[in-house]
Parts: sequence; C-alpha cells; structure tokens
Amino acid sequence: MIVRVAALAAALSAAACALPAGAQERTPPLDKLQSGAAFLSPELRAQQLDDFANPGMLWVERGAKLWAAPAGASGRSCADCHGDARASMKGVAAGHPLVDRGSGRLVNVTDRILECRTERQGAPRPASESNEVLALGAFVAHQSRGVPVAVTIDGPARTHFESGRALYTRRVGQMNLACTQCHDANWGKTLFSERISQGHPNAYPAYRLEWQTLGSLERRIRACLSGVRAEMLPYGAPEYRDLELFLMWRAAGLAIETPGLRR
Amino acid sequence: MASRIQVPAEARRGELVEIRVLIQHPMETGYRTDDTGRRIARNTIRTVTCRYEGVEVFRADLSSGIAANPYLQFTTVAEASGTLEFEWVDDAGVQESARHSIQVTG
Repeated sequence: MIVRVAALAAALSAAACALPAGAQERTPPLDKLQSGAAFLSPELRAQQLDDFANPGMLWVERGAKLWAAPAGASGRSCADCHGDARASMKGVAAGHPLVDRGSGRLVNVTDRILECRTERQGAPRPASESNEVLALGAFVAHQSRGVPVAVTIDGPARTHFESGRALYTRRVGQMNLACTQCHDANWGKTLFSERISQGHPNAYPAYRLEWQTLGSLERRIRACLSGVRAEMLPYGAPEYRDLELFLMWRAAGLAIETPGLRR
Repeated sequence: MASRIQVPAEARRGELVEIRVLIQHPMETGYRTDDTGRRIARNTIRTVTCRYEGVEVFRADLSSGIAANPYLQFTTVAEASGTLEFEWVDDAGVQESARHSIQVTG
C-alpha cells in the first residue's frame, strides 16, 4: 500500500512536471481571456457580427471564388484537391501555425497557401499582403469561425514556442517596450484614444479601420513594432511564425472570428 | 470591384424596406504618397444612385472624406413589384451597376 501511495505521488509529481512550462505564467489567465472584439465599441462589434456590413466578407467572398478557380500550370483549383472547404478547412486555422512534417518548418495558413500556389499548382508566387493571398487566407480561416484556438506547442514546436515567448517578452525599439508590457500588464487601460487589447490573433486576417483594408496578423505585428519604433523584419521572417505560435497558445480557447473588424 | 447589395426579395405594399450597399473601393483621397514619395492620384466614388422602376429614390455624393469600401444604408417605400437599379461612378470614370428585383404583394 505504501508502495502504491509512493508510486501515486511519483506519478503526480511527474504529471506536474509534464505540464507546459508556462502553465503558471499564462497571462492573461484563462478565465480573463478576452478577444479583441471585447475592446471595440458596441457599434463596431455589431458590424463585425453582421456578415453583410463586415467589409472583411468582401475578401472572404473573393476567396471562395479563388478557391474554385483553376490556377497555375497545373490547371487545378484548391477545390480539386481539398474539396468543399466547409468540411476540409474547418478548424485548420485554429491549429496553425504548426511544424510541417515534410519541411520541418513552422508554417501558418499563409505559408500553406503560398506553398500550394507555387509547388502544387505551379503558379507564380503571389506577393505578401496581396489581395489574392489575403482573400484565400480569410476564406480558409473563415471556415474555422467559432472553432476554439488550439495549437500544439510540444515536440518539434517546442523550440519555436520558446523563441516566440522570448520575442514576446523582449524589450525592443526606441520605446524599449515588449509586447507583454502593453498586452499583459496594461490591457483594458487607455492609450491615447484607444483601449489596449490583450493582443490576441484569433480574428486575423482582419479588416482594420486604420488600414482601410484587410491585413494579416504579420502586418498587425509589424504595426506594433513600428509603434514602439523597432526594426521591422521582412514578411515571411521565421520570427513572426514563432511569435504567432506563442500568441495562438496564449489565446487558446478563444473562438476564431475571421474576418475580424478592428480599429 | 466587388460589391454587395441587399434588397428584400419580398415586401408588402407601403412597407418601408431597408436597402444596404457595400462597395469595395479604395476611396483614394489624393493626399497620400506612395513608398517612393509620388502622390497617389485621387480616386473616390463620386455618386451612388438607386432607381426604383426608373424613379430615383436615393442619391449620395461621396468625397474623399468617406472611408474605403463605403457602406450605405437607406430605406424606400415598397410601391410595386419591380427592379432597383444601382449605379456608381468614380474619379477614374469607372462606372458600375447592379440590378435587384423586389416582389411587392398586397
């Protein structure tokens, strides 16, 4: 009996060790998680929920057309391989970025689209932030609307996750600020005329009023980097993917809202 | 440019119907410059009109003060079954139109 109790205690402590390293450090705590939509005015929140008035739906509609249209030398469309996106793409955006088994790289939905476009469809590589990529990205992510964010941070993703966490907490730029200082320590407070959000990625690609267009999470991160007067990395830099993985883990449980509407 | 227009398919005679229009357009103000410092030419939608069986029931004159992808919402009285014709034209001279029919009963 004593042996069994000891074994149980050992198992328990092993279980405690097996918890993600950051389980206690999770900020904001899971019960305080709030999507960026919670920091919008009631009017904007209503507009995001209104599928007609949400301007991001223009991109989703265009993405639906692109999904079915043949592209590149192969003459194949996305639908030829992936079928009905409502079934095949449901939940996909909620689980990215993830480590691609083939290449061993951490990839997000945009990377997947670019890879399919260039390697499987034989089309020229579309530019980052082009309407083509944004429309397809918004369309794919829209299929996960309502699905809770759930990314894997174990196994090969672990180093990317730790790198993302380091980027999140590292002071950068002339302002010498880290992401955490606004989005963990001061969310809900006012910065000029804005309320600081918790910095969750669950609504991207999102339509930002400041941009007057739809944009990727990468563009949003660049906007923060520009805001603290830090050097911006080029589009596609692996650092953005690592940070995206950390942000997605931090937002675990929040529902995907794409296309979101943000200030 | 894509657009989305919402007109109720059916209405009762005399009923106030809500019409919603969302047009994808950059609404370029003419005051911005591109990455190389060159001024980007102004290109905004100038007018949006709606004709109900040939009669103009709504007109909006837009300008550079209106955000990109303008969203318009207005009402009209359902008088008879027919067609609503929407038309808009921008500074570049691009003219676009759309038609929606409405079934009026009673």
